Amino acid sequence: MLPLNDAGMWSGLVCGVLFGWVLESAGFGSPCKLTGQFRLNDWSVLKVMFTAIVVAAAGLLLLQGVGWMPVDAVFVPSALLAAAALGGLLVGAGFAIGGYCPGTSVVGLFSGRLDAAVFLLGLLVGTFAFAALYGPTLESWMGAWELMAGDTLTDAWGIPGWLAVLGMAVALGGVFYWGARFERASRGPVTADQAVRGTAS
Amino acid sequence: MLNDKLDALVTRQVRPFWTPVGAGVALGLVLLLTFVWTGHGLGATGASTRLSAWLGMVLVPDATAANPYLGPMVANGRPLASWISWQVLGVALGSLLSAFWAGRLRVQWDGELRIGRARRVVSALTGGVLAGFGARIAAGCTSGLGLSGAATLSIAAFVFLAVFFVAGLLTTRWVRGV
Repeated sequence: MLPLNDAGMWSGLVCGVLFGWVLESAGFGSPCKLTGQFRLNDWSVLKVMFTAIVVAAAGLLLLQGVGWMPVDAVFVPSALLAAAALGGLLVGAGFAIGGYCPGTSVVGLFSGRLDAAVFLLGLLVGTFAFAALYGPTLESWMGAWELMAGDTLTDAWGIPGWLAVLGMAVALGGVFYWGARFERASRGPVTADQAVRGTAS
Repeated sequence: MLNDKLDALVTRQVRPFWTPVGAGVALGLVLLLTFVWTGHGLGATGASTRLSAWLGMVLVPDATAANPYLGPMVANGRPLASWISWQVLGVALGSLLSAFWAGRLRVQWDGELRIGRARRVVSALTGGVLAGFGARIAAGCTSGLGLSGAATLSIAAFVFLAVFFVAGLLTTRWVRGV
């Protein structure tokens, strides 16, 4: 029965190496390419992320459908919606200003970018600031807007998994359609040459 | 094929990025493998949080042990001993190998040609602080909550991603950080 629930070194290293390899190959070590999504000239972030979400969600659904994996066997984040929204606000703003998100800053640093090391230092400072402020007040904000009905679209609102994946696949089609239009109307995606030279946009 | 690869290694020719479809399918399969193997998805800030706890433990042990957030992480004296630390170490290694293999490894201050090095340092630090703080509020970042959560159809993940993109779009109009 799946998942294997391996918490050891090798699963971490192997999944991590593959994750880093794919992110770097997608161009996600480049802060120019990453922020191109917000300038709307490079839609790689949305295209890659949404494709990955659809593929992984469909795969999980399939494994559950054929009975190889119990439905509630994988970790699902709790539906703490205020915390998710406030966190999304800060990580989104931090991404636009700093050029990376936490994971891609590691990719940036290990493809030679020194600004990514500064971003990583900022992550540690932000974590210390959070720890310093952590207490009953912050905890009560983070616990606000909790969805009691359930954590997933299926549990909370009864949306069948296949329908959610189908909906995301349709949205993905929209991302590729609108992405292509915006990319054509602007200077377009950041190439590997531009990213390596640091000259894009 | 092999000749091409050897050639790229020798001449340091910059190879193009994968297409978004190719990279997206590959990322989805890696994420699926991670779920099947470990029971959870991929992440990042789990490791930076533990690194913060470790630094705190080394530099200011009493304050860190007494802190309600970091204290529990240093209770056993080994805050870095966790799956996520290995995974992020793997990300570093995978990125390095991929960048080297594809001729895309170059030491630079990315963004300094557009806004200057001093401003780039400030923007990178500011962005990092905001993202570090925000990821602790949400108990996850773009990878751990957004990507991995959305694959499990988590409502928190969709809320995070929606606000993340709107915040990024708006901030970009006001601030030039890269």
